[in-house]
Amino acid sequence: MNKTWNNGAWFMVLPVLALVAFNAVIPLMTVVNYSVQETFGNNIFFFEGVKWFEEVLHSERFHAALLRQLAFTGTILLIEIPLGVMIALTMPRQGPWVSVCLVLMALPLLIPWNVVGAIWNIFALPDIGLLGRSLNGMGFDYNYTHQPVAAWFTMILMDVWHWTSLVVLLAYAGLRSIPDAYYQAAKIDSASRWAVFRYIQLPKMKRVLTIAVLLRFMDSFMIYTEPFVLTGGGPGNSTTLLSIDLVKIALGQFDLGPAAAMSIIYFLIVLLLSWVFYTLTMRSEDQS
Amino acid sequence: MARIELQKVAHSYLARPAGEQDFAVKELDLTWDDGGAYALLGPSGCGKTTLLNIISGLLTPSCGQVVFNGRNVTEERPEQRNIAQVFQFPVIYDTMTVRQNLAFPLKNRHVPSDAIAARVTEIAGMIDLDSVLDRKAHNLSADQKQKISLGRGLVRSDVNAILFDEPLTVIDPHLKWQLRSQLKKLHREFAFTMVYVTHDQTEALTFADKVVVMYEGEVVQIGTPEDLFERPMHTFVGYFIGSPGMNVAPVSVEGNRAILGGYAIKLARTYADTPVGAKLELGTRPEFIRFAGNGGAKDGEGLPVTVKRVDDIGRFKVAKVELAGVPLAVVADEDTVIDGDEARIVFDPDHVHIYADSQLLEGVAQ
Repeated sequence: MNKTWNNGAWFMVLPVLALVAFNAVIPLMTVVNYSVQETFGNNIFFFEGVKWFEEVLHSERFHAALLRQLAFTGTILLIEIPLGVMIALTMPRQGPWVSVCLVLMALPLLIPWNVVGAIWNIFALPDIGLLGRSLNGMGFDYNYTHQPVAAWFTMILMDVWHWTSLVVLLAYAGLRSIPDAYYQAAKIDSASRWAVFRYIQLPKMKRVLTIAVLLRFMDSFMIYTEPFVLTGGGPGNSTTLLSIDLVKIALGQFDLGPAAAMSIIYFLIVLLLSWVFYTLTMRSEDQS
Repeated sequence: MARIELQKVAHSYLARPAGEQDFAVKELDLTWDDGGAYALLGPSGCGKTTLLNIISGLLTPSCGQVVFNGRNVTEERPEQRNIAQVFQFPVIYDTMTVRQNLAFPLKNRHVPSDAIAARVTEIAGMIDLDSVLDRKAHNLSADQKQKISLGRGLVRSDVNAILFDEPLTVIDPHLKWQLRSQLKKLHREFAFTMVYVTHDQTEALTFADKVVVMYEGEVVQIGTPEDLFERPMHTFVGYFIGSPGMNVAPVSVEGNRAILGGYAIKLARTYADTPVGAKLELGTRPEFIRFAGNGGAKDGEGLPVTVKRVDDIGRFKVAKVELAGVPLAVVADEDTVIDGDEARIVFDPDHVHIYADSQLLEGVAQ
């Protein structure tokens, strides 16, 4: 029997290929292109190899920004995940208050990033902002425009305020999927509140919490607008996170080569950390 | 083990029930003897699970008292009542091994660890889980998971009663039978008080010494499987138990005769004064009606019927007939020959019951 070979169907993927090419591959490739070249203007480029990558990887400025970024992301994850789970646990399981709580929780998520930054910028001002004045009124010496510690405190508080809701909503969805029989069985087995959390609620929330950690990790690692509007990276360089530093290099100093190399390294770090985290949690799932 | 009494217990899920119809369980008095195997049988939504949760303490009844061995436990929580309950869908602690699952209730009660280990091994042997003790519980099959749920109840040696809420719903049919007989065996060995909720009559009748039949929030009959079959106290019991269910037909009664569509049916008892204005019905099981002359009689004894349909079920036949326009089911031997659409049927007077407003009338023996 003769089988006809017709590869015409491959043309069917052309639209998708074009779409992906234009919105992802080609822009990414222009960055790759910049990252291996040097320019002195007039659209004249020289090939430089991996020079920019070496320079970025050895630059103390990059190390400092990366360290700040890791500190920021680590801190907000350590606060938002447990806090979100705690709030989700205290939310009602049924009744009219469920929708009230859900709407209240969703509100911060609806506010645009730059508006959040502007709100907190004013809210925390030591002379006219409610938060700033109150703190100073209580005897704290608080001025986020001059003190790095105060700037960090405000930046983290802002992120917690903006994004804890996301963790709450995901954790709440996980909790709601637990059948009543589990709680009833736990009562009959005289399990303590902690045991119910540890052996029923936490295992059932594991998948959604994995998603929550991933989302919060990626988002906070790439965060730009909110801290930029709040502090502009200052005072000094104390709140200059990776993305803020990147914009300073690319648009402030117009060093396209180093900025492009830094973008690619930045991208690879996000990708690598996400992959490692995801693989580890999924592997532990398989083993159990 | 305990003797469990429900005294004037009623429950409504509404805060302010307006009337009878708002009660999931209507006021009832019930006693579960120590060591008895009971089945709580009824259609979905009749209040079985509500009643079970009242016994276990997951629900506090709107009124009435729950008494264990003479002690009022109405206000006590499930863990204080020391009850074990197995749910419809297996509840297991996913992250634990089978061994840890079985040890969990004992650990929570601060039993010394060597006593826990010994008890867990013993129980695992009883329910055939010894080979999987160190596996993660969530990888096991549904029937093994359900055994873990049961095992968590059994490990507590001082448990007052074990309650089952339709525990075999998610189990494969061939394993259902196996699990059921294993349960019966465990019950014979350890004689714990056992209450088993189900809507499956076969399950109830094979499992229990006594069956409690519920209908619309009320207990309509408590009895052995034979009682339920031979003397249903309520037309619902007759209809719900047995396959096909009891024949129920409107009649009028004159002493020891029931008149059905102009035909007189002889009764074994005399009903002198039937309640005035009550709806009178005759109830008799298809098993207690026979065809005259093995299906061939066209005249002589019995009453003439029109045969509508005959189903051969294997070891017997089920015939749908009409007596003066009233449909009746008749169970006949396999070798009964029914040809044509006419036959004659004979009632067994000892098994013809009279109901007034669905309740069995006692009558007077002749």
